Amino acid sequence: MAKFHIPSKASRPVPLLEPRILTLTVMMFAVLGLLSLRLYNLQVLHHKENVELADRNRIRLQRVPAPRGLVFDRNHLPLVDTRPSFDAQIVPEDSDNLSLTIERLARYTGADDIPDKISDADEAGRPPYEPITVAERLGWQQVVALETHQLELPGVSLQITPARHYLYGQLAAHLLGYVGEVTKTDLQSHADYHMGDEIGKFGLERVWESFLRGDAGGQEIEVDAVGRRLRVLKEIADQPGENLVMTIDLNLQQAAEQAMAGKNGAFVALDPRNGDVLAMVSHPAFDPDIFGGGVKASAWKELMTDPAHPLQNRVIQGIYPPGSTFKIVDSIAGLQEGTLKPETEYNCPGGMWFGGREYHCWRKQGHGTIELHDAIVRSCDVYFYNVGIKLGVDRIAKWSNLMGLGIKTGIDLDHENPGTIPSSAWKQKRYHERWYPAETLSVAIGQGYVATTPLQMAQVAAQVANGGIRYKPQFVKYVEGLDGNIAKTYPPVIENRMKIDPDALEDVKDGMADVVNGAGGTAHKAHLDNVVVCGKTGTAQVVGDKGPSSEDETEDKTPEQFKDHAWFIAFAPKDHPTIAAACIIEHGGHGGSASAPVIHDVFQRYFQLNPPPPEPKIAKVLDEDSQ
Amino acid sequence: MAAGDRRFILHFDWTLFILVLALASIGLISVISASYNPAHKTIDPLVIRQLIWIAAGTAALLIAVLVDYRALQSYAFPFYILVVGLLIAVMVAGHATGGSRRWINLGFFHLEPSELAKLAVVLVMVRYLREEPPRGGWGLPHLIIPFVLLGIPAALVLKQPDLGTGLVLVLITITLVFVAGLNWRTMAVLAVAGMLAAPLSWHYLKPYQRQRLVSFINPQADPLGSGYHIIQSEIAIGAGGPMGKGFLNGTQARLNFLPEQSTDFIFAVFAEEFGLAGALILLTLYASVIARGAYIARHARDRFGSLLAVGVTAIVFWQVAVNIGMATGMLPVVGITLPLVSYGGSSLIAMMAAMGILISINTRRYLF
Repeated sequence: MAKFHIPSKASRPVPLLEPRILTLTVMMFAVLGLLSLRLYNLQVLHHKENVELADRNRIRLQRVPAPRGLVFDRNHLPLVDTRPSFDAQIVPEDSDNLSLTIERLARYTGADDIPDKISDADEAGRPPYEPITVAERLGWQQVVALETHQLELPGVSLQITPARHYLYGQLAAHLLGYVGEVTKTDLQSHADYHMGDEIGKFGLERVWESFLRGDAGGQEIEVDAVGRRLRVLKEIADQPGENLVMTIDLNLQQAAEQAMAGKNGAFVALDPRNGDVLAMVSHPAFDPDIFGGGVKASAWKELMTDPAHPLQNRVIQGIYPPGSTFKIVDSIAGLQEGTLKPETEYNCPGGMWFGGREYHCWRKQGHGTIELHDAIVRSCDVYFYNVGIKLGVDRIAKWSNLMGLGIKTGIDLDHENPGTIPSSAWKQKRYHERWYPAETLSVAIGQGYVATTPLQMAQVAAQVANGGIRYKPQFVKYVEGLDGNIAKTYPPVIENRMKIDPDALEDVKDGMADVVNGAGGTAHKAHLDNVVVCGKTGTAQVVGDKGPSSEDETEDKTPEQFKDHAWFIAFAPKDHPTIAAACIIEHGGHGGSASAPVIHDVFQRYFQLNPPPPEPKIAKVLDEDSQ
Repeated sequence: MAAGDRRFILHFDWTLFILVLALASIGLISVISASYNPAHKTIDPLVIRQLIWIAAGTAALLIAVLVDYRALQSYAFPFYILVVGLLIAVMVAGHATGGSRRWINLGFFHLEPSELAKLAVVLVMVRYLREEPPRGGWGLPHLIIPFVLLGIPAALVLKQPDLGTGLVLVLITITLVFVAGLNWRTMAVLAVAGMLAAPLSWHYLKPYQRQRLVSFINPQADPLGSGYHIIQSEIAIGAGGPMGKGFLNGTQARLNFLPEQSTDFIFAVFAEEFGLAGALILLTLYASVIARGAYIARHARDRFGSLLAVGVTAIVFWQVAVNIGMATGMLPVVGITLPLVSYGGSSLIAMMAAMGILISINTRRYLF
């Protein structure tokens, strides 16, 4: 054997490796020997101790989700909290006649999917004697029924768990959102969640999930030899979620909800000084409480199939032609580009010819020869056709974009719709067609391709109010840490600052003030006695080619579903404004009669809560409006 | 060729093959134990799957035996690149469970590329180290390429995060460069550097990984958190005693005291039910595999085959050492499978294929 003889490096390389392979083998065996010694130590020397530990070791760990953070309004009034709810649990092993127990339990709780829940839990690897939650958020009567029939329900127990509660039901439902049980898809993207955990699904609850959630705690639960639960031995404190203080004013929100009661549409109020959302309403709404603890299939289906789309947040997802409210954008664009001056005059005979077709003004009698101020006050279509023709669609688009139309506002909510602001490039891209100048006329009066969300129009009002600063709308003021201190604040974010001639802007403001307060104005219903409210009405056409919509408040005999959507945008007070708002009432008819009263009610409440500096009493102009 | 076939069957390494099947059987028994639910008295689907994987693994083993291992030299780098690609895919589109991304869902199978990474690193290292070292052994400059070859998959695996596999990749590489002839001076330098780097690496650990290290040093510091696993595992093993509680009579695993009963902590399940006697049989089986691996390494016909045998043996050894060391509380919890025993398709099939390579090396020394 030439084992220790190395004939030549190249032909027999393996023997070279041999010493180290042997060293390695010895080391490996030494480690295995060490492991054997350790096993001897555990299994022979400490065997008795460990048997005792195993016998006493009846401790099982259970995760206890942390209570979610609370949500407050800007004055620290609670909007969302977490309160105890009663859930029914069953330990199938403790029931000798399981199907009978399930049948009775179903009768007392109304839960019809108990067998499914049991088989789901068993499939997920439930150890024996681990209870399964089969009915959640039981009502008082169900709890009493279970308590009194306890003897017929072996293995059934009641468990108290924290449940999300929305104090004012549907109030600000779209903004607050809702929570629900994690789905399998959620689990894939959120590694630190477990089956059965609650997670924010929509609105603030979803976007601020990481703050609200907190860290789960644990319970040491003693079980007997087969795994039956005996008692809780020790609890590891959970870390509750952090609280959120919103910019919403509960009082104002309630006023807005009340003013919008029974109507479909949207309302939003902003603080033009910083972009704070003061109130946000989208109707119809939903009850966020029904989603907690597993939404009932029937309730979910009802919400999904409701033709009025109650789950849609119309303030950011609803897009509507802005109608005459868009004339404010035209005015600013014209003044900024120099194609329009406050004293520019156009004659309105009730319509105008352009490109071989007649374009009507909503007032068939016409407005005569008027300047910008009167054109805004009386919402003359012909005047703004001319403004639009002078500007051309691309310059209208440019200033619309600068004012935040056709782009997302960036509010921290999901599914925001940017709306549409047409331009010649947009049309080329979208329809592969050139822009026809006549189309500019519909754009000028906020019809045609133009589509905006109520939040965007509130921003337009806010920019007129604050002199051209566009803030990102924000609805959370600060995060409150567990110690009650402010953990994180959200300072105002300026998205754009328009350089705007203050005198020109003053003319637009004067016009908007007279829309509410002046002779011939279209929104006298928004008038307040102690504050100068500035506003602009609008009507968004619902059916195709009906011609320009009427701003007139004469009786409208159009059937409900064909009635136009009513717009009103406003801010107040005229000098140093502190609130700006937009409102749309679907099929409301005229902005002046349907939407202006909503803003009136909210502004009235606002100035009751935040009294303005004393100003001379403003006389209400009595004209055809006060029927 | 007929004569070749006869010789092939004659020289097939039955010893190693039977050792592998014995270990897989212990694995199957332990998976039955770990997943047994006395309330339902049914066989868990986990067991059926493990059985299917043992069958698939045996097929992989036999295919690996038929392949001339020398051909693997040309497949080392392509396979390595494929595995690195899979590890990147895991990061991008991986399937997350319990805080880490480790799997790729293939529909019928959850592929865990980090199990393939061990074999890939061994192949590519051996491919590089098959060259004769210069006089005086391999030095520091020669280690640059092995370091890069280790670094890429190790970084990807640690990112998942899978501390256990990362650690095994490093240990395998150290083993291979040691056997391939690293000079002693370089080894001393690396040892000192390693000691200095240890405190630094603390920075890169995730909070839960740090907590595991703390609870390893003092399990009572956090008896409900990560220390819980170590304490429960030690109790399970210790309660097994010299002869064990008997098949399906363990309580620790059954009552969910043990985490990952069928994968990382399967040893505790086995040792509780079969005691020191069973555990020593298991360790003896592993020792036999290692001895056989070392024997094959020493008798291989070429340097590549010899080092490849060392590498495959090193995979088995390090996983056994780290896994049992962890279950008995001698090492921190890093999460690694017990080779051929733990539940899991990727680890089982990859490990059985590796055993096939070992047999192939042994068989072929008679053929050429």
